[in-house]
Amino acid sequence: MKPLNRRQMAWRAAQDVEDGSLVNLGLGMPLLVSDYLPEGRDVFLHSENGVVGVGPIASSNMADPDLVDAGSRQITLRAGATIVDSAWSFGMIRGGHIDVTVLGAFEVASNGDLANWDMRVPDKGPLVGGAMDLAACARSVWTVMEHNTRKGSPRLLEKCALPLTAQKCVKRIYTDLAVITVEPQGMVVHELVDGLSRDELQKRTGAKLNFAPGCKVLVTPDIADTETE
Amino acid sequence: MPIDKRVGSAAEALADVKDGATVLISGFGGAGFPNMLIRELVKRAPKRLTLVVNSATHRLSYTHELIEAGLVAKVVCSAARGRDKDLSPFEKLKKEGKIELECLPQGTMAEAIRCGGAGIPAFYTPVGVGTDLTAGKEVRSFKGRDYVLEHAISGDLALVRADTSDRYGNLTYRYAQMNFGLAMATAASTVVAEVRETVDQPIPFDRVGCPGIYIDRVVVAQGVA
Repeated sequence: MKPLNRRQMAWRAAQDVEDGSLVNLGLGMPLLVSDYLPEGRDVFLHSENGVVGVGPIASSNMADPDLVDAGSRQITLRAGATIVDSAWSFGMIRGGHIDVTVLGAFEVASNGDLANWDMRVPDKGPLVGGAMDLAACARSVWTVMEHNTRKGSPRLLEKCALPLTAQKCVKRIYTDLAVITVEPQGMVVHELVDGLSRDELQKRTGAKLNFAPGCKVLVTPDIADTETE
Repeated sequence: MPIDKRVGSAAEALADVKDGATVLISGFGGAGFPNMLIRELVKRAPKRLTLVVNSATHRLSYTHELIEAGLVAKVVCSAARGRDKDLSPFEKLKKEGKIELECLPQGTMAEAIRCGGAGIPAFYTPVGVGTDLTAGKEVRSFKGRDYVLEHAISGDLALVRADTSDRYGNLTYRYAQMNFGLAMATAASTVVAEVRETVDQPIPFDRVGCPGIYIDRVVVAQGVA
């Protein structure tokens, strides 16, 4: 059994982004999704700082300190891009104009509760940014995340232990082991990596799993992992 | 008298800042920080400031210098986490109880400032319902969904960054420079804009990003990026 690496997880999520959609990608692993959008899907990427139509990262000779995304990366604009102010940018989010947001997560509960902003590190300042706005108001919330913590504890749980970002918001979960949707009856597995049994996946999960009738092997191309910025 | 909001220096622009002022500071993601004005504020050293700023700790903003100088009693922000494992100056002051913090979801903060400048005292938002950040706030249901009551934010002074200005205070922005600056310019009693350059000709109406009616003083950025 070989778990997916971060880029393979991002690749898998990218395959489900529909043509013509407006998508917001969270910092870290979710940003990698933009590298793997299938050809022919014309997608606009939204960033909380008001950029609607984020293009590729700027090469060093093209980089402009005023052309940045919410993660302070120096970017380019795609054709048809526009830039609005923060109040309008979040009006877009709250108003339900973002089709999909892909976020990192510490924990997801079987009712779709998301915890992704506060690890409860003593004395460190808070960093919520736009996470709560996106999680509460994007039309569809997906997470890409390791199935387990480094110590092996489950991140998919009956109930989140960490402080919530938003209630009942997550629709799809892409982990290094499986593709899971959150349905009224709880978590439903649609794909799992080759060589991993359903029992083994359940053992690594803190919530009861259901398996879709067509549940199949999670296949991705070989992609070398790299550290994200 | 013909209007001309351009002033000669940051010192002149900030001559009347008072202790206890609530100061709104623009900038996000590396763009739109009025860093010359922030430095001047550090120099003038008004006490017990309340800062309204997206991040208290962004490495490219000089906001942290105000905090380190002990001039700030309270920060309203969406991000205040130091980058390093060791505690940042803000985090140390917070731990020692020397600085107050109000953390808001970023969109709630942006909308609160917009409302502050638009005559709306409070608003209901679905963001943060059922989370620690909105604990104790009023929740009301509309059409079957819960919303939390958030109050508008306004200030005594806004420091905003833009690209160019004319004598009327009309501002243009480069790329993502606008971010919080537009809403902040509407929500403070005195608004000072720091710009790359001022122009003699009025800026064409369809290039104006922020109407000059919101701007009180304009000063050209010097000695900062």
